[in-house]
Amino acid sequence: MATSSVSKGCFVFKPNFKKRKISVPVEDYFNKGKNESEDSKLRYETYHLIWQQMKSETEQLQEELNKNLFDSLTEFLQKSYSGFQKNSRDWGCQIKLREIPTAALILGVNVTDHDLTFRSLTEALQNNVTPYVVSLQAKDCPDIKHFLQKLASQLMDCCVDEESKEGSIQVAQKKTHCSMDSLSSWYMNVTQKTDSKMPRKKRTSTSQWQSPPVVLILKDMESFTTKVLQDFIIISSQHLHEFPLILIFGIATSPIIIHRLLPHAVSSLLCIELFQSLSCKEHLTTVLDKLLLTTQFPFKLSEKVLQILTNIFLYHDFSIQNFIKGLQLSLLEHFYSQPLSVLCCNLPEAKRRINFLSDNQCENIRRLPSFRRYVEKQASEKQVALLTNERFLKIRELYCTCLEKNIRDSEEYVSALQLLRMLAKDDLMTILQKCFQVFKSSSEKQLGSTAKRIEEFLAQFQSLDEAKEEEDTSGSQSKGLQKTDLYHLQKSLLEMKELRRTSKKQTRFEVLREKVVNFIDSLVREYLLPPETQPLHEVVYFSAAHTLREHLNAAPRIALHTALNNPYYYLKNEALKSEEGCIPNVAPDICIAYKLHLECSRLINLVDWSEAFATVVTAAEKMDANSITSEERNEIIHARFIRAVSELELLGFIKPTKQKTDHVARLTWGGC
Amino acid sequence: MMSKLELKEDKMLEVQFVGDDDVLNHILDREGGAKLKKERAQLLVNTKKIIKKPEYDLEEDDQEVLKDQNYVDVLGRDIQESLKNGSAADGGNKVYSFQNRKHSEKMAKLASELAKTPRKNVSFSLKNDPEIMINIPQCSKGHSASDKVQLKNSDKSEFLSTAPSGLRKRLIVPRSHSDSESEYSASNSEDDDGVAQEYEEDTNEVILSQKIPSQNRAISAPICKETPSKKMKRDKTSDLVEEYFEAHSSSKVLTSDRTLQKLKRAKLDQQTLRNLLSKVSPSFSAELKQLNQQYEQLFYKWMLQLRLGFNIVLYGLGSKRDLLERFRTTVLQDSIHVVINGFFPGISVKSILNSITEEALDHAGTFRSVLDQLDWIVNRLKEDSSLELFLLIHNLDSQMLRGDKSQQIIGQLSSLHNIYLIASIDHLNAPLMWDHAKQSLYNWLWYETTTYSPYTEETSYENSLLVKQSGSLPLSSLTHVLRSLTPNARGIFRLLIKYQLDNQDNPSYLGFSFQDFYQQCREAFLVNSDLTLRAQLTEFRDHKLLRTKKGTDGVEYLLIPVDNGTLSDFLEKEEEES
Repeated sequence: MATSSVSKGCFVFKPNFKKRKISVPVEDYFNKGKNESEDSKLRYETYHLIWQQMKSETEQLQEELNKNLFDSLTEFLQKSYSGFQKNSRDWGCQIKLREIPTAALILGVNVTDHDLTFRSLTEALQNNVTPYVVSLQAKDCPDIKHFLQKLASQLMDCCVDEESKEGSIQVAQKKTHCSMDSLSSWYMNVTQKTDSKMPRKKRTSTSQWQSPPVVLILKDMESFTTKVLQDFIIISSQHLHEFPLILIFGIATSPIIIHRLLPHAVSSLLCIELFQSLSCKEHLTTVLDKLLLTTQFPFKLSEKVLQILTNIFLYHDFSIQNFIKGLQLSLLEHFYSQPLSVLCCNLPEAKRRINFLSDNQCENIRRLPSFRRYVEKQASEKQVALLTNERFLKIRELYCTCLEKNIRDSEEYVSALQLLRMLAKDDLMTILQKCFQVFKSSSEKQLGSTAKRIEEFLAQFQSLDEAKEEEDTSGSQSKGLQKTDLYHLQKSLLEMKELRRTSKKQTRFEVLREKVVNFIDSLVREYLLPPETQPLHEVVYFSAAHTLREHLNAAPRIALHTALNNPYYYLKNEALKSEEGCIPNVAPDICIAYKLHLECSRLINLVDWSEAFATVVTAAEKMDANSITSEERNEIIHARFIRAVSELELLGFIKPTKQKTDHVARLTWGGC
Repeated sequence: MMSKLELKEDKMLEVQFVGDDDVLNHILDREGGAKLKKERAQLLVNTKKIIKKPEYDLEEDDQEVLKDQNYVDVLGRDIQESLKNGSAADGGNKVYSFQNRKHSEKMAKLASELAKTPRKNVSFSLKNDPEIMINIPQCSKGHSASDKVQLKNSDKSEFLSTAPSGLRKRLIVPRSHSDSESEYSASNSEDDDGVAQEYEEDTNEVILSQKIPSQNRAISAPICKETPSKKMKRDKTSDLVEEYFEAHSSSKVLTSDRTLQKLKRAKLDQQTLRNLLSKVSPSFSAELKQLNQQYEQLFYKWMLQLRLGFNIVLYGLGSKRDLLERFRTTVLQDSIHVVINGFFPGISVKSILNSITEEALDHAGTFRSVLDQLDWIVNRLKEDSSLELFLLIHNLDSQMLRGDKSQQIIGQLSSLHNIYLIASIDHLNAPLMWDHAKQSLYNWLWYETTTYSPYTEETSYENSLLVKQSGSLPLSSLTHVLRSLTPNARGIFRLLIKYQLDNQDNPSYLGFSFQDFYQQCREAFLVNSDLTLRAQLTEFRDHKLLRTKKGTDGVEYLLIPVDNGTLSDFLEKEEEES
């Protein structure tokens, strides 16, 4: 069936029913279209496993991070709601009754992450406060009518979920006109019904009040129209005594926006409390900690990749979602493109897998550049052995993974080290103690001696009880250092050393501290070698930074420009080779037309353009003029020109204009 | 502070705030700075130093220059460590460089130059050719930094061009001071100065030949122009920004007045166009095939990534329709899929949703609104997770689909875990359709697939510029219709044509207001009442010879929806006949 038609634009293809049932499992795509398909199934499974773990880890993380916020929100809701309950006749309360309790939730600019937060918030509220939680988005509510309709329909949906699905009548109601009156009468109905329905049994925390409040979340407060918001607030404040509403504003910018959107008369109807969510930067730090800087996940990112991901985060969107997407992509790419990634799993499993390595896989290992380098460093007879003896290879391999683990282990100390430089004595001691604990707990034999040394240092510190007050200075000096990462660490350490030398009078404490730090520094130098220098780092490190960038942060404009300006980049034909800024006249038509149009200003005369084009193309064609008449040739060239022009129009470089007959307007200013 | 430190103690990587400079730096890097070398930055700084030397001693300016230097340093640093970005190989800086105003004849000159030397790489730089420069001295008007960027491919100016205009302006400050009292504000490139000089000394060959190099001109140039004239100030645009606004102001653009009408080859219709193009043998077919094979190897990877929750968008020059079609036939045969031709002029989100609900999901009912329909699809797919649907959208950025609402709905569809979307975009500014929220809905993975294939199908629907539009009336039918009318009616129409032609240069011309028209018709004894005129106009309207528009003031305006060339031809013919 063809997919082009002059009468329709959508074409549906359905395979025969029988065929459709055979759905291809995803892992099959993992090896298809590739030569080396070794262990692809295993690799896919490993990928799947690790990704699932990472995903659940991040979700858990998110939950934990939001816990504080949600707790305080819940508390606020409960507190403000108790105001509704105490139906006292007291005048102050009467005034307060006119105010809608409002929580202003400041979430930061990473709009894409908000959805997740709101989803879990809704869940949390439904579990702890009230079944009636409704969230609205600005794009659903262009006016107050739609606003109320949406509110009503969602509210009733909440209710349907609560009661056994008998609410098909309500669907009809959905379409009918909604007003605050109808809403509050509906609310009366429902609350009375539930009261009678579950008299004492189901009085869990969910329905600890006879009439639970209605929580309305406005996800993107900034984009609501002022009028809708104002009207809604005024109307609902009138009905507050019968329709206990609580508002939650999701704010991406700053709380001032409330007052900018709402005049004083309206905002005075609200009783606003501010809540601040965790900043996305902090969030990212935790994510990095939990996903990358642990031994839990064998998969690691190389420096460049990590840089790209953090750069996208910092410069483009501040979005954790996107960061995690990038992580997923790199994980996928790693397992997809690196056959040895099959060994990228936890240690015992890797050991097991090593034993089953095929000849082919061993060959793969031998081909790894890092392994080559490693082999070259060894003595010559060893080299032979390494390259020939498979068993030997396996042992080395194992050792290598252990080594990797070591690095990871000690990575945790690095941050401590950073801080050591700047810390006062007390902190130093506690940290040392902690280090000691970690060292002790780790079973690696290489680290045994270090634990002992640290113990010694600790003892020395204890003896040094006279207080040294130089702490402040050193603290301030090192503040700048806080913000480095693993890869800048070495550099910063050197800097610090120089700083030390310049400061003359050193207290005993400082001398000691210096010692400790030097010790740890040497430790770091020993174990924290850059991963690239380790043999077989390819197994666990993903380093194809450019693929990641290409797929996540593409530059379509540049691609277009390159294709038009320098066709040789794509079409490796010698005839197209040219210096920069030039184009050979045999280039594709659209490139020539594009180049010519660059010479023009705002308007382009089509006749001139066409003639210029014809001149170039005719010269390029060494056509034997005998075969076709020149008239026909001209016709063809004209047709080619028309095609090139309409393609440029499609691409958005030019557009037709009425300013002058047979002219087109350029839409780009500059080289593109 | 301590507690904070403790909190952070086991964090390896810190996220830190970044200043504007770094952002700029990063952006530069992103936009294909890959090619930039550190030396280039150095060059720029060097010239700055040279400029700094001259005798005037405005300390603030010096300060400014120093500041600039730092700024430039910042810009230049770290650039070489940027990663390989495939598409950027050509130096994306040029993409965003400014353009200068050019004389219309330039294109022809360039073309002839190209034609003169077939099979040889021809530089497009006209300025390297002194003769041409002499021939068209008024060209100097436009030569400016950007010109050099494009033509001379100087390293230094490449940098300039990427710098924000603010910086550019600042960079030139010291030099404009060197001219002391004169109002003349120096233009910002040595090249420009060269042109200025040339203008002054009236096309001097020696200077022209000097013109081709190099940075040293920067030193000599300020000294040379002691007597700048007012006229020159106008001639040379002082600043690229001003230049931009000058070029885009309402003032007339100088282009030749030739029209296609006078050319023998008029518009072709779609069919002849196709026939003609079929005779053209495609060039570089071997290379194109290689490109395509390269992309075809990705098919299974795409499938994998689609299945894992990403959606795929293809970009790059050339029609991606064939590629997607091959993708469809190789891997999608066994699954339900919908092919959507975004370039089809009648496409709409509604029709996409309809074909999903009616044909793919076998639903007979109708929906009250698009949103209802979307909700239904979402629910249906959530209920039945074994249901899988592939969407192939050719030209997601087409006129009909690029609207915010359409994109929102398609994005929402694509975010469902059992809908897989693979789409292509072509328009230069297509990525602007998506804000962060939409991008996260789409969850794109970008793939560059430059194919160089002609956009045959995509442009066939379009009422393209040079393709004959079936909707507009050609001359013959105009004559034909008018023949059948009464002489009075013809007179009325002629009056309207004349008025329209008289006003053809008036950009704010709305049409002939009905009252005025009636008045004139009466004066010409063509109608005797308002009603007869209206009856006549209705007849015109039925023949699509007339359109009426209500102006903002409520007045009815009459307009003939035929292009002015045809109308004047028609008048000429009429006059001949009578």
